[in-house]
Amino acid sequence: MNILYAIFIDPFVQMGTAPDLLVQTLWDGLVAGVLYALIALGFVLIFKASGVFNFAQGIMVVFAALTLVGLHEKGVPAYIALAITVAVMFGLAVGVERLMLRPLVNQPDIILFMATFGLTYFLIGLGELVFGGNPKVMIATELGLPKGTIDVNMFGGFVSLQKIDIAATVIASVMVATLAVFFQKTRVGRALRAVADSHKAALSVGISLEQIWVIVWFAAGVVALATGIMWGARSEVSFALQIIALKALPVLILGGFTSIPGAIVGGLIIGIGEKLGEFYWGPLLGSGIESWLAYFIALLFLLYRPQGLFGEKIIERI
Amino acid sequence: MRAPDDSPKARIGDVLLSVEEVSLAFGGVKAISGVSFDIRQGEIRAIIGPNGAGKTSMLNVINGFYHPQQGRITFKGQTRSRMRPYEAATGGIARTFQNVALFRGMSALDNIMAGRTLKMNVNFFWQLFRHGPAVREEVEHRRFVEEIIDFLKIQDIRRTPVGRLPYGLQKRVELGRALAMQPELLLLDEPMAGMNLEEKEDMSRFILDVNEYYGTTIALIEHDMGVVMDLSDRVVVLDHGEKIADGTPDEVKRNQAVIDAYLGVAH
Repeated sequence: MNILYAIFIDPFVQMGTAPDLLVQTLWDGLVAGVLYALIALGFVLIFKASGVFNFAQGIMVVFAALTLVGLHEKGVPAYIALAITVAVMFGLAVGVERLMLRPLVNQPDIILFMATFGLTYFLIGLGELVFGGNPKVMIATELGLPKGTIDVNMFGGFVSLQKIDIAATVIASVMVATLAVFFQKTRVGRALRAVADSHKAALSVGISLEQIWVIVWFAAGVVALATGIMWGARSEVSFALQIIALKALPVLILGGFTSIPGAIVGGLIIGIGEKLGEFYWGPLLGSGIESWLAYFIALLFLLYRPQGLFGEKIIERI
Repeated sequence: MRAPDDSPKARIGDVLLSVEEVSLAFGGVKAISGVSFDIRQGEIRAIIGPNGAGKTSMLNVINGFYHPQQGRITFKGQTRSRMRPYEAATGGIARTFQNVALFRGMSALDNIMAGRTLKMNVNFFWQLFRHGPAVREEVEHRRFVEEIIDFLKIQDIRRTPVGRLPYGLQKRVELGRALAMQPELLLLDEPMAGMNLEEKEDMSRFILDVNEYYGTTIALIEHDMGVVMDLSDRVVVLDHGEKIADGTPDEVKRNQAVIDAYLGVAH
């Protein structure tokens, strides 16, 4: 009886009696969710265009952030360092297309998946070689990202919003929206969907696979850079950051591997669900449920909707 | 089918594409050995032969999916040792596939629009905001695509995801996508495979109309000999990767090597 009360009644009573805490939790969840969505987006782009789960997405986040901070440490002004990092991500996209995707065209997906493992370890090695293995501090202030907190009074209490979180949410939302429109509404978007469906048919209408691959890997690289800056500013830039990519997995399962809106909604559900769960139901299980709750939600989804919320249901005549 | 004064000879112009001494092998397996033939402007050229004769391989060589080990391909006066799919598409070669290769997740309309990819030039920026030139361009291409849809009589299925369509209609959408490229040379790989008589007649009509109204040169692979003899101006016959005959349908029909290849003969 007690346990039922603690699960089904008590959390909602708490939410009702302290609405400011609820808003605070929701806000934290929203911020985390937007950032999860951003990471998931990097996966979705590449998965849509080449049918490959890009294991290297996590390390691309670290690599981009390291490049940015590393360049700044060497005395390059912040904004120029940012521009150079974008150029580096473009170079990486071209390199991946030339040296990895092109030679492996028409190979089974699992081969390409393994190749992204190779890419991961290559980038870890390269990052350590060039910038060293020590954690670094993200140059958030130098990039003009705000510091400090805003306290908003409401419901007789207050909700404190980190300015960096507000900035992160705004930037991530703009990026996600731009990419979503870009890939849904433009010719490149149509080409992208075409490539995802059938390589040979796409080739036959004159869509250049090479070009599409460079575009999506570059887009994924820019997304990785943005993710690296935001997450780096919240903690620090180190190789440990790459495991946040694993947080994208439940988001992808929830949203569907091929859907950009799915990545956004999935990210928000996971982010908010995780924070609410941790805050209100966590104490029941001795806390720390944040680390596995997302996977649990994803597992439930897998049972009932394996293609995800927005994933394409495969329709086939038999 | 054609009026006497509209004789095939009058429509047909110079050589549009020729392959010379093309050989293609996969490892030790020879798919094509030393085949030469040409396709003239405005004609309907059939490529026939028993299963495994190298017909589809030949189409794949022409549009650059396969790269032959030997030989030359001359298209619109330009000689290459190999085509690339992108070059072929920009040069005006469109094709359909033996086992229908459509973009399954997309509607019939989007599939055909995809065929306009190379004709669209407005830059990303305008497209992103769906504004100005991008809208004009989209409207213009849409109009062209609607013409094709009318022509192929698939108005009622334009919003249907192609994966849900019956096979015959899928083949028609695929033809539509190829036509959207406004090709100079259209390669059709068994356009009537798996169709019933009525569907075959429709498809034959479309092929003839494309050839007559748009003046598109067509190379097609087909197993139905009746269809081949009716449609084509000239026929090339392959067997075991080699060319065994080349000529008008009547000449080919009487050719002893062709009869042997099809009926089988004791060697």
